Amino acid sequence: MLPTVIIVGVIVVVIAGLVGIYNGLVGKRIRCQEAWSQIDVQLKRRYDLIPNLVETVKGYAAHEKDTLERVIHARNQAISAQGVKQQAEAENFLSGALRQLFALSENYPNLKANENFAQLQEELTSTENKIAFARQHYNDSSAVYNTARETFPNNLIANAFSFQRQDYFEIEDPAARQTPQVKF
Amino acid sequence: MAVETFHTLIARNRRNTWLLIVLFGLFFVGLGMLIGTVWIGGTHGGLGLAVLAGTVAFFLTLASYYGGSSVLLGLSQARRIVKSDDPQLFNVVEELCLAGGLPMPQIYLIDDTAMNAFATGRDPRHAAVAITTGLRTRLNRDELTGVMAHELSHVRHYDILFATLVAVMVGVLVMLCDVFLRSRWWGGSRRGSRDRGSQGGAVILVIVALVLAIITPILAKIIQMAISRQREYLADAGAVELTRNPEGLAGALAKLAGDQEVLEVANRATAPLYIVHPIRKTEERSASIFDTHPPIKDRIARLMSLAS
Repeated sequence: MLPTVIIVGVIVVVIAGLVGIYNGLVGKRIRCQEAWSQIDVQLKRRYDLIPNLVETVKGYAAHEKDTLERVIHARNQAISAQGVKQQAEAENFLSGALRQLFALSENYPNLKANENFAQLQEELTSTENKIAFARQHYNDSSAVYNTARETFPNNLIANAFSFQRQDYFEIEDPAARQTPQVKF
Repeated sequence: MAVETFHTLIARNRRNTWLLIVLFGLFFVGLGMLIGTVWIGGTHGGLGLAVLAGTVAFFLTLASYYGGSSVLLGLSQARRIVKSDDPQLFNVVEELCLAGGLPMPQIYLIDDTAMNAFATGRDPRHAAVAITTGLRTRLNRDELTGVMAHELSHVRHYDILFATLVAVMVGVLVMLCDVFLRSRWWGGSRRGSRDRGSQGGAVILVIVALVLAIITPILAKIIQMAISRQREYLADAGAVELTRNPEGLAGALAKLAGDQEVLEVANRATAPLYIVHPIRKTEERSASIFDTHPPIKDRIARLMSLAS
């Protein structure tokens, strides 16, 4: 009688453990997906903020047409970019163009003092940070998930139920890594 | 010294905390049993007392855990803000919540020229962070991010629950010793004279229990403060985990070290929750084992060891 009880008990514990591991992997994978979609949310926020910024700057520095047009062009490119690589390139380009725009505000004290501009600057700075942090969180979640997936005994379950490895967010094109030059 | 990353720092802190907790727990159970044995008689008495003490501790923890935040915020004259009140502060907290996958806490501003910040709330879903206007106006964006990251790390690591648990354990332990000591003076040792042969052993046990009962409150306090300091270091490392920018928090701490002012609304009870001790006037005091926070110099040094 007792040996039967022990065997049943052990089986129950093992099954509970396996279920726990499986659920843990699912939860971590979902977190990665959540984090990935957050990146898009923040990117879209940036696209929405830019037209307002350009209008404000136009009011004070209309003859800086080049810089303004570069920003608008970069924004449109980023919106229409296909695939991770193209998007990453376009985003980088846009960041550079925005940086130039803020740099030129140094030459226009009226623009700099404009409260609307200051607010927009804060919002755009924050959005840049949020994009970076969203990517960071995605990478962190991926690292947690990949670690869980590859360590023993989780890897047995992971392979049995086809849990795929999560890729990290990386800028693949080396050209995109270069900081855009700020030219005056 | 090997290159440190915040990962290794966090791992080391967690280990130290567990060590301290285990030490504390053993002490708790051991002392409970010892007192019970001497007082009530027999090992059953000891076990029974330890269990009773543990149960009391558990319910007290639950009570203060769920009671918590609103009382503290009310005491500190904190004012809840929305995004339009302070967009930059709001944005900073939003950014950090994105980095950590946390829900947005409530954000409060304390009208005081002293420089300090704290976090409260039983878990990330019911959390609040507060900062004084004195600190808010004196930090740049990076430093503000560092400070808020430190506070959010406290929330993320469930430090408030943790500190409550430890405080309650200490409280029960002290109460136990107190009651025991009082009872002994009234000659509560009528039992034990049944067996003449064990008289000597019983006396030694009583003496040991007495000595322990006297020094335990102090020892428990020391362990509690050591745990608190570990959690502060852990929150610093957690802040770096969120921001990946140790210089931000280090800069803020350097500014805090220079601040001589005492925070008017804080008191001894709320002190451990603040980023730096709100009542001590100067950083030149020698680091004491009774400090809730590590010396700022050491905190800055650890952070800068992470900076590449």
